[in-house]
Amino acid sequence: MTITITEPKPITFAAPVAGLAGAFAGLLVGTAHDNPLLGLAIGFVLTAALAFVWLGVFRHERIARWVTFIAAGTGGYLLAGAMGALIGLLFGWLIGWFIFWLGEGRYRAKLPPYTTAQQVFYHFAFRVLCGLIFFFLITPIVVVMPLSFNAENFFTFTPEMLRLDPAGYSLKHYKDFFTNDDWQQAMWNSISIAPVATMLSVGFGTLAAIGLSDEHVPFRRAIMTILISPMIVPLIISAAGMYFFYSRLGLQGTYWGVVLAHAALGIPFVIITVTATLVGFDRSLTRAAANMGANPVTTFFRVQMPLILPGVISGGLFAFITSFDEVVVVLFVGSAGQKTLPWQMFTGLREQISPTILAVATMLVIISIMLLTTVEMLRRRSERLRGLSPG
Amino acid sequence: MKLTTTLLATTALTVAAVSAHAQDMANSLTLVSWGGAYQNSQQKAYVEPYLANNPDVTITWDESSAEAVAKLRAMDEAGNVTWDLVDVVASDAMRLCDEGLAMELDHDEMLAAAPDGTSASDDFGDLIVSDCFVPQIVYSTTFGYRTDMVPEGTEPPSSVCDVFDLETYPGKRALQKRPIDNMEWALYCDGVEKGDIYDVLGTDEGVDRALAKLDTIKDQVVWWSAGAETPQLLADGEVFMGSTFNGRLFSAIAEQDQPIAMMWDMQSFDLDGWIVPAGLPEDRLARVMDFLSFATDTQRLADQAAYISYGPARASSAPLVGQHAELGIDMAPHMPTDPANATNVHIYDYEWWADNRDDLDAKFQSWLAN
Amino acid sequence: MSDTTDTGPVLAADGTPLKRSLRRAIRAQKLRALALIAPLLIFVLVTFIAPIADMLFRSVENQIVSNTLPNTVATLNDWDGTGETLPGDQTFEALFYDMFLAAESKRHTRLGSRLNYEQAGISSMFRTSGRNVDEVGEDQVEALEDLNDAWSDETFWFTMMSGPDDAPKASDIVADQRERLAKLNQSGFGGEVGFAPSQEIADLLPRTVRAYTAFAVFTAIADEDVVAEEEPWEAVKVALIEDLRAGADLSGYQGAGAEELRAAQAGLADQPEIDYKQAFIDMNEDWANLENWKTIKMYAPPFTAGYFLNAIDLQKTPEGFRPRPENEQIYIMLFQRTLFMSLVIMGSCILLGYPVAYLLATLPSRSANLLMILVLLPFWTSLLVRTSAWKVMLQQQGVINDTLVWLGLVNDAGRLVMINNQFGTIVAMTHILLPFMILPMYSVMSTIPQTYVRAARSLGATNWTSFWRVYFPQSVPGIGAGSILVFILAIGYYITPEIVGGTTGTFISNRIAYHISSSLNWGLAAALGSILLFAVLILYWAYDKIVGIDNVKLG
Repeated sequence: MTITITEPKPITFAAPVAGLAGAFAGLLVGTAHDNPLLGLAIGFVLTAALAFVWLGVFRHERIARWVTFIAAGTGGYLLAGAMGALIGLLFGWLIGWFIFWLGEGRYRAKLPPYTTAQQVFYHFAFRVLCGLIFFFLITPIVVVMPLSFNAENFFTFTPEMLRLDPAGYSLKHYKDFFTNDDWQQAMWNSISIAPVATMLSVGFGTLAAIGLSDEHVPFRRAIMTILISPMIVPLIISAAGMYFFYSRLGLQGTYWGVVLAHAALGIPFVIITVTATLVGFDRSLTRAAANMGANPVTTFFRVQMPLILPGVISGGLFAFITSFDEVVVVLFVGSAGQKTLPWQMFTGLREQISPTILAVATMLVIISIMLLTTVEMLRRRSERLRGLSPG
Repeated sequence: MKLTTTLLATTALTVAAVSAHAQDMANSLTLVSWGGAYQNSQQKAYVEPYLANNPDVTITWDESSAEAVAKLRAMDEAGNVTWDLVDVVASDAMRLCDEGLAMELDHDEMLAAAPDGTSASDDFGDLIVSDCFVPQIVYSTTFGYRTDMVPEGTEPPSSVCDVFDLETYPGKRALQKRPIDNMEWALYCDGVEKGDIYDVLGTDEGVDRALAKLDTIKDQVVWWSAGAETPQLLADGEVFMGSTFNGRLFSAIAEQDQPIAMMWDMQSFDLDGWIVPAGLPEDRLARVMDFLSFATDTQRLADQAAYISYGPARASSAPLVGQHAELGIDMAPHMPTDPANATNVHIYDYEWWADNRDDLDAKFQSWLAN
Repeated sequence: MSDTTDTGPVLAADGTPLKRSLRRAIRAQKLRALALIAPLLIFVLVTFIAPIADMLFRSVENQIVSNTLPNTVATLNDWDGTGETLPGDQTFEALFYDMFLAAESKRHTRLGSRLNYEQAGISSMFRTSGRNVDEVGEDQVEALEDLNDAWSDETFWFTMMSGPDDAPKASDIVADQRERLAKLNQSGFGGEVGFAPSQEIADLLPRTVRAYTAFAVFTAIADEDVVAEEEPWEAVKVALIEDLRAGADLSGYQGAGAEELRAAQAGLADQPEIDYKQAFIDMNEDWANLENWKTIKMYAPPFTAGYFLNAIDLQKTPEGFRPRPENEQIYIMLFQRTLFMSLVIMGSCILLGYPVAYLLATLPSRSANLLMILVLLPFWTSLLVRTSAWKVMLQQQGVINDTLVWLGLVNDAGRLVMINNQFGTIVAMTHILLPFMILPMYSVMSTIPQTYVRAARSLGATNWTSFWRVYFPQSVPGIGAGSILVFILAIGYYITPEIVGGTTGTFISNRIAYHISSSLNWGLAAALGSILLFAVLILYWAYDKIVGIDNVKLG
């Protein structure tokens, strides 16, 4: 739709800007060698010169970028070994791309032609800001992963790891997870608690959400508030209340106590997601089914269920992750026999700080990614089914 | 006739009846302990040998000793006690015994005598601080420091008061997030005689004085709540010195080879041992008694010292304390009770703290938070 | 179909008026909907709402005092708690019987711990007294037993108290004592006692019979022993001595033990009176401390505001509500800190969340969906994983400090302290709660048409004006929804502050957990929890008003 005009920009613009990026990298390298100013100057001059050569003298993008990539990698290796080479390669790839992005004027490709230079600057400044925020969101989760391969029992990167020395890495924490009885027991407990709790939440929750979608229900608001409350009430209060009450019923420290507590915590998620899918549900479909002689049960399973199924499944996943990830309530309501993975991690964090926790964390992140993908696919399918979005 | 005696008589009868019918014993046992190296020493010294003799028994650990009183109270309210044997410190044992949450035991009737025939109660001696309590170990809360962080040209710290001396020994300290011990050390280092500490602490001025002393290092303190934190903080170099249980420091020093050294001055002695929750059904009680008598005999307590540097509670175990199970070093010099280590010890007053804990805790927490 | 001039109601096919038929259909529909909701509603009420109501009740419940010391509390009604004199002898005598029974049931130390929350030292007063209470009136009891061995004989006592089999029995006394013990021990105390006092002896020796019946019920039910085979408690003998001294008229009594009773009345005449007050003060001098008695009287009623007062740093004194000593005030400060930090976290979430939500809402949907995964991944990742990740990042030997040192921005000795303080809590919780801010913002922003901003710009507005005057006002509901959600979640957080908060970065929740599992002051925990819950409910109400619960979206 937008008319894209990409035209080469003058070197007098591209070289200094690329130089600034180089100056920033030079500053970092410089401070590491106790001479920030020199680093800054060298960085600027080198990168600006590089940009000048590639854009003004030898304008073969493919070759130029490869050369930059390899040269920066070599430079990094000479300065700081294997880790330096890695960072150097990354930097070389970036700066090569950056020089041509600037020089060819590609940065304007997706902007309306009438945007002023200032607007372009703001546009990209905003993008960089957002990038930093995404960085903040993702880094902690990513950082955990390499640390879980630490060969030492520390929570920190060892010099061997930074040198990318294979001796600095090992699978021993994963081995520990799979051989240690405590962790295995915890995993089995999590696996045996979460699905049952999920089934309870989903079973009750779906029925109730269907009931709630009827506009004639009296006290709808009050009922909704009660059903949503497990999500709203601070966990410590829920945990304390359940601790005392379940003790009295003899449920404290039992499997069913934890399952019931987790089911209660998962219910709001099921209600919310299923209600959301029901908002777009066309009631005339059930009426049509009834008209054609289907009884309510058949109508439910053959007409209503397939349409709200994505909501039910994603609600179920939420309920599952709630139970699988829950620690406060299980700390109070459970006892040794119900120690779940998060509980084991929590004691681990407070007591013996071992990277086994990070190995578990890494595996949980991978499970999260798989669950997330499932939910995302279901959401798209649901929108397609309900005709809310094209293909 | 008092309830105590009646109870004792009934339990004694039960136990007698049970030894005749070993098949009436429950086959599962839930032990509650502290986790970490300590629980591991129990696992190695008592549980594994016991399981070898009784292969069909399953033992579950619950690392809830820190919340034992709260959980037992809740279980008692519910009338459904799921624990069989609980490892607690002496003050908690007294509290549980007072509240009727722990069963009173006849130590001579239920525990094995020493190999030379000395009765269990004589063998444990004064360490039986409560009728419900079967002591296992004597431990102490004491300080360790990073040897490589001692400022050059100064002597390594040797007195508890060096903790309060930021000028000579700059760096962070790790202290437990509770008033017990810290208040006493503060007063001691503020010039109060050891014998007068509790009299001074009993007054408002005394409390203020202790807190004022702690104030001088407050911004250099990392507060811990679990015993494993200090060794970790020391190992990471996050603190220069810190208090913790002596056994935890021992494993950091001897087993993990960290540059840490002990400072035994004014170590605070305490006891740790078993209690049996009140109201266990007969078959479980029989199993508990069978295990308890095995786990607290002279040899087992001495064996435990091969895994962790806590002093065995039986007098008859002391000569049997040998070498570390894996490292092969003599354990005796690492015991808090070793004469060389116990030149200046602090014995903390259970009764006094039972009365004043809530009050001082409120003051301490309010001081911490401000 | 029917006569069109008929002004009667419109009829349905089966002849009933359409209005009624419709109403019936709607009612059926309503019932069906309710039937669908009912199982879940009941489930949530039982597994969730009831526990919370039960816990809130603990914040005012205080029956332990009147259950443990019922007679003492009754006599204290006559004592003026504001004067300078100790309660009378009558109170101490009642205290003796109460304490004896409490000590047998091992309930006295619980009361001690309860009252110790209000007045330090009461705990040991009860503990030591419970241990020695059977020594009260020792001399007199010994004198009684010296008179005749029968007084130490369980069968003798049992026969005397039961009377002949066919005699009228005072079963109401058994019922009373059973109820009393049930309250004291917080358990049913049902079952066969195998004893009932005869009416005659009950009229003659009222105290003795009460004490013996309590003993009998306790022996039969708590100890599961046969009453007739157990020697009565010292308290029963003390009661007998008091009955005899009070001038029980034994002349007409012909039942079992009549001889021995008369001999005892005569033989004990020259024994000194039992001085309960002195006996208790000898056990523990704190019984002479007026403050302790004032505390007992003040906390005698079955319900108390004491925990709530404590939760806002006040205390109850005979002169009314007073602030607690300054060095014990902590909760107001903690509530303030919780609020303040939640606000800061909410603010940082708005600052970081708004640009991201804006970007997601303005990008073409393909790229937006991809970037959305970066937002959803943290959302789906275990809370503990993220908290441990922040521990890894923030500690002094952690990733951030290592990077800064490596870059030379800080030197090795000057590593930044970013954990175990407020900063650590704020950073970690901002990260954890950020998706809860971005998602509602995004769902609002994605409904704002881009054309408005373009229109504004083509009319000559600057970038800033078109954003601030046109776009921003339309996105405010998203900010509101996200903010309240984040605030509600932040205010009750427990795990993250516990792990990265140190002492200055902890929340009120951490204190609640402490009171539940360490200090065992469950009433105070409940009171703190109630206040927190109340705050959350107000926020929830606001959320419902602004956003509506139906509009909450996840993912």
